[in-house]
Amino acid sequence: MATAAETIALPTESAYESGIWSWITTVDHKRIGTLYAVTGFIFFLVGGFEAMLIRAQLAVPNGTVIDASLYNQLFGMHALTMIFLAVMPMGAGFFNYMIPLMIGARDVAFPRLNALSYWIFLFGALLLTSSVLFGGGPDAGWFAYAPLTSEQFSPGRNMDFYVLGILTLGVSSMAAALNFAVTIINMRAPGMMMMRLPVFVWMTLIISFLLILALPPLTVALTQLLFDRHYTTHFLDPNGGGDPLLWQHLFWTFGHPEVYVLILPAMGIVSETLPVFSKKPLFGYRAIVFSGIAIGFLGWAVWAHHMYTTGLGPVQQSIFAGTTMTIGIPTGIKIFNWMATMYGGSIRFTTSMYFAVSFLATFTIGGISGVMHASPPIDTQQQDTYWVVAHLHYVLMGGAVMGIFSGIYYWFPKMTGRFLDEGLGKLHFWLFFIGMNMTFFPMHFLGTAGMPRRIYTYDSGLGWDFWNMFATIGSLVITVALLVFIFNFFRSMRTEPNAPNNPWNAPGLEWATSSPPPEHDFDVIPEVRDRDPLWYDRDNGHAPAEPVPGTHIHLPPPSYYPILMALGTLLLAVGPLTHLAITALGIPVIIYSIWGWALEPTD
Amino acid sequence: MAAAAQIEHHASSTGTDNRKLLMWIFLGSECLFFGSLLATYLIFKGEPTTATNDHGLLMIPANLLDIPLTSQSTFVLLMSSLTMVLAVYGAQTNRLKMMKLWLLATIVLGLIFIGYQVFEFTTFGNEGLNLSTNQFGASFFLLTGFHGVHVGIGVLYLGSLLLASFRRTGLGPEAGVHVELAGLYWHFVDIVWIVLFTVIYLIPA
Amino acid sequence: MTTTDPQSDFTETVHGVYVIVTILASIVFVVVLATILVLAIVFRERPGREARQFHGNTRLEIVWTIIPVAIVAIIAVPTFFAIADTTDPPPEDAITIEVTGHQWWFEFNYVDEGLITGNEIHIPAGQPVSFVLESADVIHSFWIPQLVGKMDLVPGHTTGLWFTANDDAARSEAYLGQCAEFCGLSHANMRFRVFVDTPADYATWVANQNADRTTPSTDALIAGEELFLASACVGCHTVNGTSAVGGRVGPDLSHIGSRETLAAGIMENNRENLIAWISNPENEKPGVVLMPAFENLMTPEQIESIADYLLSLK
Repeated sequence: MATAAETIALPTESAYESGIWSWITTVDHKRIGTLYAVTGFIFFLVGGFEAMLIRAQLAVPNGTVIDASLYNQLFGMHALTMIFLAVMPMGAGFFNYMIPLMIGARDVAFPRLNALSYWIFLFGALLLTSSVLFGGGPDAGWFAYAPLTSEQFSPGRNMDFYVLGILTLGVSSMAAALNFAVTIINMRAPGMMMMRLPVFVWMTLIISFLLILALPPLTVALTQLLFDRHYTTHFLDPNGGGDPLLWQHLFWTFGHPEVYVLILPAMGIVSETLPVFSKKPLFGYRAIVFSGIAIGFLGWAVWAHHMYTTGLGPVQQSIFAGTTMTIGIPTGIKIFNWMATMYGGSIRFTTSMYFAVSFLATFTIGGISGVMHASPPIDTQQQDTYWVVAHLHYVLMGGAVMGIFSGIYYWFPKMTGRFLDEGLGKLHFWLFFIGMNMTFFPMHFLGTAGMPRRIYTYDSGLGWDFWNMFATIGSLVITVALLVFIFNFFRSMRTEPNAPNNPWNAPGLEWATSSPPPEHDFDVIPEVRDRDPLWYDRDNGHAPAEPVPGTHIHLPPPSYYPILMALGTLLLAVGPLTHLAITALGIPVIIYSIWGWALEPTD
Repeated sequence: MAAAAQIEHHASSTGTDNRKLLMWIFLGSECLFFGSLLATYLIFKGEPTTATNDHGLLMIPANLLDIPLTSQSTFVLLMSSLTMVLAVYGAQTNRLKMMKLWLLATIVLGLIFIGYQVFEFTTFGNEGLNLSTNQFGASFFLLTGFHGVHVGIGVLYLGSLLLASFRRTGLGPEAGVHVELAGLYWHFVDIVWIVLFTVIYLIPA
Repeated sequence: MTTTDPQSDFTETVHGVYVIVTILASIVFVVVLATILVLAIVFRERPGREARQFHGNTRLEIVWTIIPVAIVAIIAVPTFFAIADTTDPPPEDAITIEVTGHQWWFEFNYVDEGLITGNEIHIPAGQPVSFVLESADVIHSFWIPQLVGKMDLVPGHTTGLWFTANDDAARSEAYLGQCAEFCGLSHANMRFRVFVDTPADYATWVANQNADRTTPSTDALIAGEELFLASACVGCHTVNGTSAVGGRVGPDLSHIGSRETLAAGIMENNRENLIAWISNPENEKPGVVLMPAFENLMTPEQIESIADYLLSLK
């Protein structure tokens, strides 16, 4: 029984299905990445809208734009939206799309788990955001200190939305972090040793471990809050033998590593774009990687710097001051290494490069104010004032968001096959840069002038009037910048997708395949010989490998179990807010999903 | 002549199966989870309480915990780890009858452990200790309750494997991996219990 | 509320560290930003320019590891000294004031002088004053930027801080303070005032506060007091020298007429504001539900009568 030699054609781009059902059941990392990126950006605009209302209220003393109740919901939701629904998901968009390509894999380790992460994120985000419609958004700030969050002082469902929303989002982040950790450790192409990994991949690995280890204490804190509110416990209630500071310790044990989760990916992105547009390798790769690892470890030892004013004694203050100042050192090293990457280069100032260079400057400003806060005596004047608001926005807007925009302009051709217009891009950049600095630099002055944070109004005559108005105008400039970007996006999507494989002449593996990549990512898994594979191959005359005829590329089939299981999870979370019967309904949905998922054929 | 269809294997850079790596890292996060619950228990351990039941019995561990009884359930759980090892061995050496037998044994022992926990919780409840009684009640029930839930999920996990093993295709060619993964989880839950038993029951306030 | 005009030993210590760090920070800021700018300009692409391909430079990397370490050391030393200074226990002879944070006002209990007041306090210059901080409900924070850095009031805990106002800090204008930890709906409206007096003026103030309330001198004021004592006010407020004693839910009103502001520093203490406050407190200060809206319980004339009476309590 002779059979003819079977040649199975490699899947072509037309094999890539379209239509809503194909998106709902997708397990392809590129599509999931796109979903994360778009959803994240939409929530970024939502968070921006919340911020605009805040700035409108604070533009003048004794403002009357919104009342205290709405203001207090807005500042809490603004932070929650930006942290959990915008910055983290936009980062996840890049992790999803780029990590497998960068390590020479065809997908992540667990494609269906990947889809599950996205759908739970979407449902959790909708749950949390819907709070505004159903009784009110969380109005105790994003770190929700007890006992203000107890049932006594926060009657109503605002804080229940907080607990259940964040628990749901935490499941999503945990699943994604586990997936990326296994992917990066276990699915690298031949020759892709750990010390050849792109810095962006290293940073993703580090934050994956940060999330995996930091989310559990948060889960415990949220559970204790939930039980205190509804199941008669007194973990955080001093009237029952509990301690409000227990919440703070558990929350910040999560919260501090979380801020590194927010910034390290952006640091990874600029570590990719700065070398490409300087046309030379990254300076001090090892130092940057080890600094990232150091930050990952040290980040666990600094949490109580958020609690300097809670009555910590001199010993505790000194210890945490020491660790916090120390963590500035690896951060500083990275900045210098990035600057040295520019040195001696032939810098091409694309929009992506503008954002990357701006990151260096604006993140440094945020780092500097951070080091000031690190000193407990100074912090007695800066804690809970606009100094902190200035600091956090410089590191997050001037750091994380700048990095994300650098990545967007850089990877847009790879993801869509089109280019974002450079002229509009530069306009976006300058408006954003100017607007950001106009809005947040004055907040250093406001903090120095003694303006506390989280106040819905303030009196005139305290020296706060001018800079508040200035900051509000700055926020309008940011809005215009984002409108330019959105216009640029839609306009670019209307152009012909004819970007080449490697338009920026970059060294990474993601540029070794088409723009956008075919469904199977690589026709042939590349062999890696250097940290900058494509530059090495170019300089040493290695041609890309030819696909072997007869190779069958196995791609995981689509599945509807992830979205179904996410729906079950949502039901679990919604039940306590409405009727526990809904939770009961969620359980069989989840059990059915797990069963189907486990027995589903994957080839 | 059949051409050799070359199927690409997923590269495993460390030589360890992806799923096993996932389980190990996940168990790392579980350490932090139980660690935080345990830390909470320890923070409140030994705090003076005035809570008494209707008979004036002070609601403290010394008056409530039944170490001989809980030693029995601890023994049961430890034995279940032994049966789990045997189940894994059976799965890995294709002795499917052995695998099914010892999976069942593990499930039964797990259920017995849960039975002991239910008995203990009910007894404490009858003696006047509940979530709202004092910090011991709250942190004890949360800590051991979450552990019990983990055992329960483990029982469901093993039960699913056992059920699936009765299909025509059984657990498939990777039965060894599937049961080993469950084994990792089960042993972890057992180790957590050993820590809990030591800290809550054996170490006096 | 400025943090750069220290008027006490505490804030001067803190300011000292702040100046050192700010100077260092400014240098780093200027150097780093200028360097980035220079690099961007000098190394922009030009025809014929090739990028120099190098991966690192160990000596350079060591140098710029040492520099941040040095900077950290320079910041750490004065920091640790200042921590020791600011966490020292108060001296024996300090005037002790117990502070209780409420949603949304500060209660002050002068332990030694035996007087209780709310939202506005007087302290003498040149003498240590120790604040013992507790909360009746949620976490608040006690902060007087020119006199002392902040410290949280955590329910279930007792925290504290102390300072000595400079001798030349005595003045008629108040120093402003504000709650600095989000504590609910009217967190923005939880402000207080600290008057630093000469020791002589302080003694006068204490004596006045210790005395019973100003006896009403006109018929209208007598009627106002009678109305006050017969109404719901006495359930929550105390006026020394009358039958309204023991009400501690709200601030002590024995000498309310002598205060500059009302409702925890959010409005000037005058007739119009006081009437508005009594009529409908929640209107002036969102979330205030413990004090009823007296416009529903009294006629406007009655409210005016009570307001006039209270303003007379100097």
